[in-house]
Amino acid sequence: MPEADAISGAPGRGRLAENILTFCRLLRASGLSLGPGSVLDAVSAVEVAGIGGRADLYWTLHAVLVSRHEDHEVFDTVFQRFWRRRAGAERLIEMLSPVAVPMAPPAAKPGLRRVEEAFEGALAPPQEPPGEMEVDARFTASDTDVLRTRDFAQMSADELAEARRRIALLKMPDDRARIRRLAADPRGPRLDLRASIRASLSTGGDYVPLRRRGPRERPPPVVALVDISGSMSDYARPVLHFLHALGTRRRVETFLFGTRLTNVSRALRHRDPDAALTEVGRVAPDWSGGTRIATSLHLFNRDWSRRVLAQNPVVLLVTDGLERDADDTLAREMDRLQRSCRRLVWLNPLLRYAGFEPKARGIRAMLPHVDEFRPVHDLASLEALVAALSGPSVPVLRRGRAYGLEAVI
Amino acid sequence: MPDDAVFPPASIDATAALLSGAGYVPDRALATVVHLALRMRRPLLLEGEAGVGKTEVARTLAAALGRRLIRLQCYEGLDLAAAAYEWNYPAQMIAIRLAEAAGERDKDEIASGVFSERHLLRRPLLEALMPDPAGPPVLLIDELDRTDEAFEAFLLEVLADFQISIPELGTVKAEHPPIIILTSNRTREIHDALKRRCLYHWVGYPSAERELEILRTRLPDIGESLSRQVVGFVQALRRDDLFKVPGVAETLDWAAALVELDAVTVGPDTARDTLGVLLKYQDDIARTDAAAVTRLLDAARRTSETLA
Repeated sequence: MPEADAISGAPGRGRLAENILTFCRLLRASGLSLGPGSVLDAVSAVEVAGIGGRADLYWTLHAVLVSRHEDHEVFDTVFQRFWRRRAGAERLIEMLSPVAVPMAPPAAKPGLRRVEEAFEGALAPPQEPPGEMEVDARFTASDTDVLRTRDFAQMSADELAEARRRIALLKMPDDRARIRRLAADPRGPRLDLRASIRASLSTGGDYVPLRRRGPRERPPPVVALVDISGSMSDYARPVLHFLHALGTRRRVETFLFGTRLTNVSRALRHRDPDAALTEVGRVAPDWSGGTRIATSLHLFNRDWSRRVLAQNPVVLLVTDGLERDADDTLAREMDRLQRSCRRLVWLNPLLRYAGFEPKARGIRAMLPHVDEFRPVHDLASLEALVAALSGPSVPVLRRGRAYGLEAVI
Repeated sequence: MPDDAVFPPASIDATAALLSGAGYVPDRALATVVHLALRMRRPLLLEGEAGVGKTEVARTLAAALGRRLIRLQCYEGLDLAAAAYEWNYPAQMIAIRLAEAAGERDKDEIASGVFSERHLLRRPLLEALMPDPAGPPVLLIDELDRTDEAFEAFLLEVLADFQISIPELGTVKAEHPPIIILTSNRTREIHDALKRRCLYHWVGYPSAERELEILRTRLPDIGESLSRQVVGFVQALRRDDLFKVPGVAETLDWAAALVELDAVTVGPDTARDTLGVLLKYQDDIARTDAAAVTRLLDAARRTSETLA
């Protein structure tokens, strides 16, 4: 490997550098974001620390290659596999060959599943949305208004593609939140002394023209919790496309939940929406399964709320609220979620039915704790969401009261 | 003050000894990453829950190496004027007036007089780049997650090249790079670009053995059986499903509180009464009722037996 020689520099070290290079490749294939610089760092770190023992090598490489706490598990598994024998490379070749020894039973964690795939050298085929191949004769360019109010679940594959295109073209909400950073502003409340002094020099200091600064504004971040259980699968994908488009101008953190909670924010930041969705499908394996809303919200509140709700975001909760075992926990977790964010918007595709009544226990438990309750089943409802996000939060839309529900905490 | 021969430490063991000599009990992973940071002259980003001793690493390093500790506490809206440097505006005004009175008319001449190092107020980041007779200082950038992405972007230059560019003056570069420690409580994700320039380490909760050692080091007066019980109780509490589990700082606080109360052992009543030292959320305290305390004390007894 020419790269390895370039790294090692001196003869005798080539073997180690080569091993580290391969190790880094495996980590990269397992989902860690490592540039070529990381490989160089790893080699020089091992040289600096010296190879004392297995534990030292472990922590030396860990220090340089792991930059997110979540990556620790992946690193650990890859390390244990790769450096199991002294000659890691041979082991690797053995694994990559078609007659490879059988792998250990697949691990439960999504990160570890990626490790399995990296070692096998194969990636799972991307999941395609279940699309029917029938041709809808009525669909022409002039039918856009029909498409606008057509239920996502009833769209053909072509229509879905067109819907996706139009979601990407949606004019995104122009809401602003004031942040504590100051920027030049001729009518701002504060004097900018530095700029004033600089400006005064242009006249040789004869007079000091006052420059001002004011607080900057930026679109508030959005945190989305999207239900991907079986009853929601037709709506989750268009919503993810919407979130992808929303993410081009602001920070969007996206979580999927079904039987477990998965953070897909990083996958969704891919520039191309289809590639992003494919990646999302890869990291969240529990599509179209069951749903445990209370458990998922509890996990979110416990493990993620401190990390993603600190910037006072708008939270979009996308679920039909059909929780089988709804109890106090669901209401409690919803209450906590609402208290930790700027605005909690519940998007529920069940609102497509004109005569919707919150009869299900889960819905009754959740409804009193949301700021807004909106439909999300067609393009028109997404446009309405954009309009709603652009405006100020509408507290009268505490729709729980409209349905005669009060918070019971 | 330690002599210069110990810097940088020759081996991971030497680094571990350096830290424990100054009262910090590191595990192997932390000792390794600190060793690498010192040897490779790379900034060290420590992430972890509140109260696991991230800030303490910087304090201990400064004390152990006899260096000055320069601390930059981050907060939302932190800007260059508070973090790196600011111009001394009143002095600049006077300089302009004086130049005027002296009949100085050359704009460049006035500008170079006004924007000279004399009128520069150094804030922590710039201060850390200045030469120090005791050796390059330890720069602690604390709770980086509290500031915003714009500030992170500014830090990149300091972290990668140990320099700050001041538009009016030029680039200030450190002759000897400072030891930089950044901490984050992970209330948001730090950008990859910044992480790439640092060594990263997740500071987790300590094992029972290590926590006992920390307790002994920090509170030498505490009784042997009480300390084992305290550690056992906290370790059991961390396994519970809590919104915020207690960190090492809380363990130390609790142990100190029990010593203040002249407790020889932890009983159910004492534990319930002092729970507010360990748990800081009402939900968590409500969840830890009398039955839970009894269960935790049971677990604590078993742990303390294995620790003995």
